[in-house]
Amino acid sequence: MTARTLNDVAFVEGVRTPFGKAGAKGQFAETRADDLVVKVIRELLRRHPELPPERIDEVAVAAATQTGDQGLTIGRTSALLAGLPRSVPGFAIDRMCAGAMTAVTTVASGIAAGAYDVAIAGGVEHMGHHPMGDGADPNPRFVADRLVDPSALNMGATAENLHDRWPQLTKQRADAFAAASQRKYAAALATGKITPDLVPVATRSTEQGWGLATTDELPRPDTTAEGIADLRTPFRPHGRVTAGNASPLTDGATGCLLASVDTAAELGLPVRMRMVGYAFAGVEPELMGTGPIPATEKALARAGLGLDDIGLIEINEAFAVQVLAFTDHFGLADDDPRLNPYGGAIAIGHPLASSGVRLMIQLAREFAERPDVRYGLTTMCVGLGMGGSVIWENPQYTGAGAADPAAETAADAARKAAESATVTMEGEAA
Amino acid sequence: MNTAAPASETTAAPGLTLPGEVVTAAHVRLVSVPGVAGQVALITLDNGMDHTRPTTFGPQGLANIDAALDQAFAAAPAAIAITGKPFVFAAGADLSGIGTITDREIAHAVGDLGRRVFRRLHDSSIPTFALVNGAALGGGVEIALHCHYRTLASNAAMVALPECFLGILPGWGGTQLLPRIAGPEAAVTVIVDNALNQNRMLRPDQALRLGVVDVVLDAADYLERSLAWMADVLGGSIAVPRKDYRADEAAWSAAVAQGRMIADLRTHGASPAPYRALEMIDLARTADLDEGFAAEGDALADLICSQTFRAGVYAFNLTQKRARRPAGAPDAALARPVAKVGVIGAGLMATQLALLFARRLHVPVVITDVDQARLDKGLTGVRREIDALKAKGRISGDEANRLTALVTGSLDYAAFADADFVIEAVFEEMGVKKQVFAELERHVPPTTVLATNTSSLSVTDMAADLAHPERVVGFHFFNPVAVLPLLEIVQAGHTDDAALATAFATAKALHKGPILVKDAPAFVVNRLLTRFMGEIIAAIDEGTDPAVADGALAPLGLPMTPIMLLQLVGPAVALHVTETLAMAFPDRFVVSRNLRRIVDGGHRTLVAFDETGSQSLDPAIAALWQQGDRPSTGDEVRDRALAALADEAHRMLDEGVVAEAADIDLAMLTGAGWPFWLGGITPYLDREGVSERVVGRRFSPPGIATLPA
Repeated sequence: MTARTLNDVAFVEGVRTPFGKAGAKGQFAETRADDLVVKVIRELLRRHPELPPERIDEVAVAAATQTGDQGLTIGRTSALLAGLPRSVPGFAIDRMCAGAMTAVTTVASGIAAGAYDVAIAGGVEHMGHHPMGDGADPNPRFVADRLVDPSALNMGATAENLHDRWPQLTKQRADAFAAASQRKYAAALATGKITPDLVPVATRSTEQGWGLATTDELPRPDTTAEGIADLRTPFRPHGRVTAGNASPLTDGATGCLLASVDTAAELGLPVRMRMVGYAFAGVEPELMGTGPIPATEKALARAGLGLDDIGLIEINEAFAVQVLAFTDHFGLADDDPRLNPYGGAIAIGHPLASSGVRLMIQLAREFAERPDVRYGLTTMCVGLGMGGSVIWENPQYTGAGAADPAAETAADAARKAAESATVTMEGEAA
Repeated sequence: MNTAAPASETTAAPGLTLPGEVVTAAHVRLVSVPGVAGQVALITLDNGMDHTRPTTFGPQGLANIDAALDQAFAAAPAAIAITGKPFVFAAGADLSGIGTITDREIAHAVGDLGRRVFRRLHDSSIPTFALVNGAALGGGVEIALHCHYRTLASNAAMVALPECFLGILPGWGGTQLLPRIAGPEAAVTVIVDNALNQNRMLRPDQALRLGVVDVVLDAADYLERSLAWMADVLGGSIAVPRKDYRADEAAWSAAVAQGRMIADLRTHGASPAPYRALEMIDLARTADLDEGFAAEGDALADLICSQTFRAGVYAFNLTQKRARRPAGAPDAALARPVAKVGVIGAGLMATQLALLFARRLHVPVVITDVDQARLDKGLTGVRREIDALKAKGRISGDEANRLTALVTGSLDYAAFADADFVIEAVFEEMGVKKQVFAELERHVPPTTVLATNTSSLSVTDMAADLAHPERVVGFHFFNPVAVLPLLEIVQAGHTDDAALATAFATAKALHKGPILVKDAPAFVVNRLLTRFMGEIIAAIDEGTDPAVADGALAPLGLPMTPIMLLQLVGPAVALHVTETLAMAFPDRFVVSRNLRRIVDGGHRTLVAFDETGSQSLDPAIAALWQQGDRPSTGDEVRDRALAALADEAHRMLDEGVVAEAADIDLAMLTGAGWPFWLGGITPYLDREGVSERVVGRRFSPPGIATLPA
């Protein structure tokens, strides 16, 4: 028997569709979920003509609801629809919000173990076609046997629970964080950090004819903390969670190309990130937003790292309060510059099972700009009380010496850009 | 600011409406396209229905496109692009509307309207793009030709200019633009050759090779990549070279001459449309667009108001609609499932049937014959055909294996015990057929449909002595059975609705377009053809020069001369059918002694061709033929043959052999390959005055399949 070695896993490329507003008025209202995945897969291949498609060993696509246009084993259907060789297999995967992240860790494990050389991982959620929990039939024992609090099945209610658990996580802090997310996204968009990772998608509309989606539809760049202070709290009377400090319902798809570092070298594929390790962890389902805390601790411990080693953090903003629970736990400031420098799901949207790869796409771009940063983290909370974290290493890292000045410069630039971007966006909207 | 956009008149065509127009909307959206400075005006053509009702153009739809162009030009976009709803770009003029125009002025106006609106895309100084995302026919292709650039989706089901097939020409600029863009040869291929070749469609790769489109893009992200291609064209990184075909006069003339040869071959001069189209293509070399479009408009108006176009539209509707919803068929829900088929006989016809049933129904097919040697020969024949299909790439290796396994042989009728449908194709003799059915009935359950492929015998008589005559139907194919779509389904005296419904369902599964006929001698097609051929043979028997008699029907543009048809059918079969008919109708059907002599002599070849390809009677046959001394002129022979057709068709309707004249026409179109410009046959007999002269009235009132009075 030949000796077994583990392979290093490279993040080669990531792209996503523009994200759209879920529902009849959204840009993807009449676009199929599987077609969104198809556009992503084809764009990944188009960007890497050096990759022979037959070298792809797996296509893992996540969706939280696996029926209708997200059904029939979407990893396989979308591979066939995208024109990949029939010899390329595919599967569907589900860990609710961490679907795409789990697709990545699953195929990465396969690469590490030598089962795959190259794989595509991604996710899709057309929340317009598949409202959250649609068609689910929860076992009555969950409530009857008090396995979970009834609020555990309602994500907004779990966010309210976080405010109860940690009274210092106030609505004001959540609103301020949300407004900052919108600002950071607008700045990133204005400085060209978002669009390069998007694949345009033709959008069908019976009423208006064909269009072309080239931008995210949901961001509200003029958001201020004051402006969202009085929004309705749909999950409780006089609660704290609002549409302003939560991610909106979203349609979108993401995908990435992973390869063993050796195969990347063989084929001339770029290594934009190297996977260091990952972990998933479970928490109380009614406090699902705390999931990233133990998941990150577990991943760091397994990697022999501490949070201080992490120079960039992409955390999914399902709810502002859930991010604050994470930052408070690790002693980070609410506006720590390492955190979501391009903004997060509160601005961009959170198409459940596709968001994990969106975090990685942004981290990969941030790595390229930040050779001073060696390690980055992508982390997210998951329904029914889970968290997932993946730690990545920046292959462009040139040494910690460059760190501080570069970081300051970038932060300054982002701030300035944010100010001018707000003006630009208003101008466009007019 | 771009000022060169040609202005639209305020109203596209005041008062111009056509009945029943499904109005196509033209939605305009200004979209941002990566790599394009400024916005792109993207126009979507959509009639608001799904792909089963393709987008078409009538006056109101054209007015909508005109208004959409106003809106697009007003936005001063970087480019204007036009595309269609899913799977369909546009299927051209609304045929049901165009086919009702009686006034040449209106015909002219409809042509002018489309050309004027589409030409705005051609004359635009803003680059225009057709994003042909799906099926494009006729006017759909023409609006694309007016654009400066064309992309085509790799899954576009059909691209064609079918106008000449129907009896008009591409009159919204197609005759002038296509030869300029793709060259005269490609124009002749698409406008004339393909249209006259059973309306052949272009596959995307063919459309690209001919230069009809500039690029074919994968269906998976067609619109996105088309817009990216547009950006590259606008940015200059993709150049789309254009050739000046008009410089080569010799090539142009040669292409047009080639087109005339094709038109002669296919229509024998009987349909004016391809010739007018060729004139226009010829003109396109020297004329400017104004002159060319004006001439095209005149030609279109003439053709829209022609009898041949009326017949063409009528024929088109028969083959597209009536063939799919046969008149008089019982409720389809009564049909019994067919999970196994039996074919009695292993001769050529039987083996063709076995293969057809296996290919289309994908159920076990058992063939039988009187001895092992014939059976083996039949099975070998089927397998050879399957191998040939595989070799041609028409079926996969797996499909070949599947079909080979499905078709088996047995000498024992017990093999039919669980068959749901058994068809006999044994020798055309009543006694033999009755014996076959009687023997079968001892093995099959009472629900098994027993079908006969007889071409002339009485199905009622054939079933008379059976315990269950209600399960017997006539199921008459036309040769070659894999090609000709007609099936005459015969309801015999006792046939019940379940057996009949099963026969119709089976016909549909076989991809045939059946007609329901009463049990009458030789049914429809053979009866008409035999009567008609009988007149030609009689004329020769009487002393008419065979060349004169055989050429007398040339003005109709039939697919072949009567003697050639006789050869194709086979003199023996023709004699047999004639004998049956002569027995039933001795006043009108006479067995020619010369025909009997030909059959007795074992002759199968009746015509000969000289070195120039001219057809004449084979010298051996001519020597055999004993003629009288009462020759007729060609005109006399034609009058007589047409009168016979009118008389016989009229009698068939009186006897109730079929429900309507439309069924006779459909049968002649799909069973005998008679041309669209005749509308089958009765529209021609009506418009030439033959019906009124012979039987005192028309088959259909003016305006149905002919021009209104």
